[in-house]
This record gives sequence, C-alpha cells and structure tokens, in this order.
Amino acid sequence: MRAVDALMECLKAEGVDVVFGLPGGANLPTYDALVNGGIRHILVRHEAGGGHAAEGYAKATGKVGVAFATSGPGATNLITPITDAMMDSVPCVFVTGQVRTELLGTDGFQEADTIGITMPIVKHSIMIQSPQELPRAIHEAFHIARTGRPGPVLVDIPMDLSRAEIDYEPVSDVRLPGYQPRVEGNQKQIRQAAKALAAAQRPVIYAGGGVVNAEGSEELIEFARSDRFPVTCTLMGLGAYPAPDAQWLGMLGMHGTRAANYAMDEADLICAVGARFDDRITGKLSEFAPRAKFIHIDVDPAEISKNVPAHIPIVGDAKHVLAKLVVEYRAIGADPGRLEAWWSRIEGWKAKYPLSYEDSADSEIKPQFLIQALAEATGGEAILTSDVGQHQMWAAQHYDFPAPRRWINSGGLGTMGFGLPAAMGAAVGCPDRLVCCIAGDGSVQMNAQELATCAQNGIPIKVFIMNNGYLGMVRQWQELFWDGKYSQVDMGEFPDFVKLAEAYGVTGLRFADKTTLVEDIKRAIAIDGPVLVDVRVTREENTYPMIPAGHAAREMVG
Amino acid sequence: MGEPGTKEPLSLEELEAATNMRTGRKHVLSILVENKSGVLTRIAGLFARRGFNIATLTVGPTEDTEISRVTLTVDGALHPIDQVTKQLHKLVNVLKIRDLEPGDTVARELALFKVTADGAQRGELMQIAEIFRGKVVDVTKRAIIIEVTGTTDKIEAFETMVRPFGLIEMMRTGEIAISRGRSET
Ligand SMILES: Cc1ncc(C[n+]2csc(CCOP(=O)(O)OP(=O)(O)O)c2C)c(N)n1
Ligand SMILES: [Mg+2]
Repeated sequence: MRAVDALMECLKAEGVDVVFGLPGGANLPTYDALVNGGIRHILVRHEAGGGHAAEGYAKATGKVGVAFATSGPGATNLITPITDAMMDSVPCVFVTGQVRTELLGTDGFQEADTIGITMPIVKHSIMIQSPQELPRAIHEAFHIARTGRPGPVLVDIPMDLSRAEIDYEPVSDVRLPGYQPRVEGNQKQIRQAAKALAAAQRPVIYAGGGVVNAEGSEELIEFARSDRFPVTCTLMGLGAYPAPDAQWLGMLGMHGTRAANYAMDEADLICAVGARFDDRITGKLSEFAPRAKFIHIDVDPAEISKNVPAHIPIVGDAKHVLAKLVVEYRAIGADPGRLEAWWSRIEGWKAKYPLSYEDSADSEIKPQFLIQALAEATGGEAILTSDVGQHQMWAAQHYDFPAPRRWINSGGLGTMGFGLPAAMGAAVGCPDRLVCCIAGDGSVQMNAQELATCAQNGIPIKVFIMNNGYLGMVRQWQELFWDGKYSQVDMGEFPDFVKLAEAYGVTGLRFADKTTLVEDIKRAIAIDGPVLVDVRVTREENTYPMIPAGHAAREMVG
Repeated sequence: MGEPGTKEPLSLEELEAATNMRTGRKHVLSILVENKSGVLTRIAGLFARRGFNIATLTVGPTEDTEISRVTLTVDGALHPIDQVTKQLHKLVNVLKIRDLEPGDTVARELALFKVTADGAQRGELMQIAEIFRGKVVDVTKRAIIIEVTGTTDKIEAFETMVRPFGLIEMMRTGEIAISRGRSET
C-alpha cells in the first residue's frame, strides 16, 4: 500500500475517529487515501479553524485531536492553533503536506519550512525522510502528544513520499530513548509533602490544567477533602474541583476572587498541582505569596522552580501523585481543628467580597447577567467554550463548572477566535452533550467561517455572542491604564450577526431583554442544529475584580 | 535529573527552596543526541528562545554512529543551569545530559594563532609556543601559525602572551570534555 494508506491504518490503530482539515496540492495523496480510509473527515473553511477544532475535540474528550493541512499556506495557517496547543498542553497531532523532496530548499511552489517555522511551538516534530518511516513516526507522534505533559506534535510529509509504496506492518511498540516522562512521583518527596501539609496552619491547594490533563479531578477532590484544604483553580483548571463547594475559593489570578488571591497571599503552604505560576497568576513575582512555602507537583520537571522556587518538588502527574499523597496524609492523622482560624479568615473574605456587579435597572443585559442566565438555562451542564476577552473572564467567574472538561478556553496564548471552532471540535467529540460557546463580538469574527462547517455537517453548537460593540478587554485597559483614550477598539454595529448566521445556513437570533433572557436561551438551545445568538449587552462594563498587571494580590481593584 | 530530595524536617520554617540560583561558574554540558536532522537547530533554537547564551559549542560523532555528542559551555552566572538542562531534556532527540564536574573532567580545546613574526620576533614566539606545548605548523616571511591544545584557561593565557606580537587571526574549536575514570560521560 501507499504510505498514506498506512497513515489511515495508523490513525485507526490510534483510535482516531475524526480528523479536521482542508486539502491542497501537497496533501492530495492523503485526501485520496481518505476516500476509502475509514476515517471521518470534517472539511473546515480555514486551517486555523481545523486546528482549534482538533484542540476543542482533545480538550472535551481527553483524546488526541488531529488536523490536516497542505504545505505552505495550509501549514502556516496552523501556526496559531499549534502555538495555542503548546501553551495549554493540548494533545494534538498535525499532519502537513510538503513539497516533493526534489523541490525541498528550492522555494518551490507552496514550499514553507514547516518544521523550521514550528520548531519553537511544538512538543516535537518529525520530517518524513523515507516513506517506510511513516507508520512509526505517526505512532511516535501520538505517543508524545498524549503522554507526559501533553502537547502538539507535527508530522510533515513530502508529497512524493506520501504516495510511495511501502511494506506496511502494524507498529505495536514505540521506543523513544530520549523521552521517558515520569508520572509516579517520588514516594519520599510525597511523604515530605504530606508532613508539610499536616504542619501547615494556612494551606491552599492551587490546581491548574495539569489536573484536568491527567484526569486527576477525583484525586484532587479526595485530597482536598482528606482535610478541609481550601482549593483554588487557575483559568485552565476550572472544573477540576467542583464549583460551588464549601472548600472552593473561586478562580485565582488577575481576575480571580479576592478570597482566592488573599488566601494565596497569606498562605503558609501552597500546594501547586499541574500549574505553572504564570504571570497572570503571580502578578508581581517578588510579592507573590510572600509567606508561603511551596509544594510543586508537575509532570514537567522544567516547570518546577521555573518561576517560583519549590520547597518540595515532586515530578509526576496529578492523578498518580495526589492518590499517593492522600494515603500519606491520612496516615499522619493531622488535626483538622488547626485550620479553624484559617477558615474563619477565608470565610470573612468570601462574605465580604463575593463576585458581584450592579445589575441594570431596566431590561438591559449586563454581561455578568448573561453568563448567569447561561448557567441557569443550561443547568451548569454544558460544555462551554470561550473566546478571549472580557466575556471569557466573566464566564470563568460566573459559570460554576461542576466537572472537568466542561470549560474549554485559550488560556496561555489568549487566542481570539478560539471559541467557535473549539466548540465545533468539542461537539464532534461529544455528540451527546450540549456544547455552547460564549463568544466575543470581536473574537468570533476571527473564525466565523466555521459556521459553514457546522451548517454543512449539522454540528449543533450554540454560540452566544456577548456583543458589546468593542474589543472590550482592550477598551477596559485603555480606560483604566491609558487615561481613557480609546484607540481602535470600537467595532460599531458591524456585522449584522443574525444575517451573517443566516448567510451561513445557521439559525440567527438576537436577544436584548434581560427579563426573558433565561427562557430565550433555553429556546435557542432547543433549536436543532447550529445557532448563533447576538446578545446585546452593556457596552462599557469592566471586568472586576482585577489585579493590575505587575501588581501584587493585595492590590486588587474593583 | 529530578528532585534533589528534600531534607527530613519537618516544621515549615525548616523547608528550604530548591535553588534555581545562578551557580556563578562555567558549566560544561555534555549532551548525547540522536543523530537526526535538525537536532542542533532544536538545541540552538531552545537557547535563543529562552534567552540562554551559548559560550562555546562543538558537535561530533561518538563511538555509536546513531548518536552524536554536543558539548556546550554555558555561564552559570548568567543562567539558571537547572532550567537550561531541564529544558534541554524536553527535546525528544536529547538522550542524556551530563553537567560535567570541573574537578572530574578532562577538557580540551584546539586553537590556531596566526601571529606577525618577522625575523627578530620569531625566536621569542617559538619559545613561548614551546612553554605552552604549542606547535608551529606553518611559517611564512611575515607570520607564523601556532597550534595550541589545552584547557580554555591555557589557550586564553597563550592568547594574552602572543597578542602584543600582533595577532592576525585566531581560531578556536570550543571545548570538548570527557569525565575521568570508568563512568560514561
Ligand atoms: C488574535 C488576537 N489578537 C488580539 C488580541 C488582543 N485582545 C485581547 S482581548 C481583545 C478584545 C476581544 O474583543 P471581544 O472578542 O469583543 O471580547 P470582549 O473583550 O469585548 O468581551 C483583544 C483584541 C488577542 N487576544 N488575540
Ligand atoms: Mg466585544
């Protein structure tokens, strides 16, 4: 068979049930093999849409997302999703076509040095140099993408090699001597962590996306409840610990709750799990959690002590390490009473600084109200994807996520245009679940073309555009930190989203009345097929509370 | 590589942070890599991207044809070596990294010096070369070329000595290093 036919076999062997992509000259053989390849392919309208769909699929299902693109512009259109997957540790395999080997290095038609361009943004990449290598390369790619700290892997296949005949033999083992992720955690270190936790008077568990990636949510819950440990999650970790809950502090970081940020500030011991001390979490690094010692659990050793030196480093994944940590902690029999004073302090913050906003006196929809209405209408049970901006932060704050893999957003890269294609991928991966997207009116225009994909394939995502007519988050920063001088943030009334939806063959609706909003949302959700709703909200509302960039948690405003 | 191992205390006060501090000295990293295309680019790219400076870098074959060795030196005063090695380890084609112990390592560098040397100076230069166990490998009317092998310190000392004569050109290979005794590097 041809190498590309073997590619199909390998994908099936890896359990791939769907691929997102768009063909071109250099990957014609791949698309030829798809015809009878036994793999579902969803034709996207832009490779970035395909890449984000693969991410959405991966984040919703926990499986590896796959996207295809042709050489040159097809591959360069994947740059944003690849970077996004790298920043948020999303397991994806990208397969790109490349010009024929004889043209490599000659600036051939649609030649781009895809391997070179993507080198800084992949977990790994493989250039196929002989067709016989392809099957092994594909399995290596999947293995690397999904294990350890997940991430994007790219396989670039020159066209002449992809159509070459090979002797295909299924590959059952992957041997990578230079790649041995450690997931178990050092038992002695785990015991030390348990002792430190038992000694702590003001502990906080700070959990990140690594908990979700490791399927460690149950272990996290059990660990937190092995005592009354307060828990906060990063933007990427939301859902890893169920909200609301007595031990739940809310999200931490720039737009986190005061309870979470103040608890970090006063903690004597912080147990970081699958989190990486990003600057949106720490604020001013030198004033971050000044009283705390740190246990840092991460499957990627390079994250440990990268930004904040760890006192008890533990290399391993959240699931394995937390399971062991619970056992060690229980064996100590710590006195939960020691946390009374700490909890009364935390309860004080929770009571004094709940997430709140001033609702409108009339029928105007406040953006926060939209999120709460969405939560109410969906019973908190939807998979919710998001774009990037104010709406994303409000969603993170006000939609309580009861379980992992319900909240899918672009955290590390902050990619506008992520939400709609990610919802598409999530819906394809989880056909029995309601998938909604909270979109920004700016962001949604960056990948709106995928509405056609949804319409054509009957992918029933419900997109709610929080339409404030602004690049709202940028407007907020200009208002607060640039003397209120607005520069290039007003998008006016364009486009007419209802007409846009209809042009794409998608149901288009417009809501502007808060008094009927919950019912209206339920009605939109009940409609078969994809729906795009233009929700008109207050134009100039700011996302609070907020730690201004480079400031300390103590200096939260709003 | 891995956790340094936390001491047995335990009151929280006694806990000490793992240091990712600057060590303040030069580090010689001996890195075994799979002999695949692009590996060097990955290493160089990683250094550039993370803002780490490579002081010297050499690449060469090993006794195993599928494996190459990259020897690079990094200034531990400028960069957290711990981060450098951990990041390097994330490259799938990197098999093994040794941060060579200065006291337990034999390091060598080869340098060629082209120095102005007309009649009068030639003898003196050749004497200096001899003291440094250098070899005169070429002589013309106006210049001589001296080959010196040794540690970086020795080569730098030699450079200081010959500079006043008129250093026309100098070439250095960068250090290669190997650990003493039976253990593999
Ligand atoms: C691709 C991209 N370009 C620019 C930005 C910078 N940016 C961050 S938030 C934002 C505004 C987003 O506007 P909108 O989607 O309407 O969301 P809102 O903040 O109004 O809720 C911009 C431009 C970005 N994050 N991504
Ligand atoms: Mg907006």
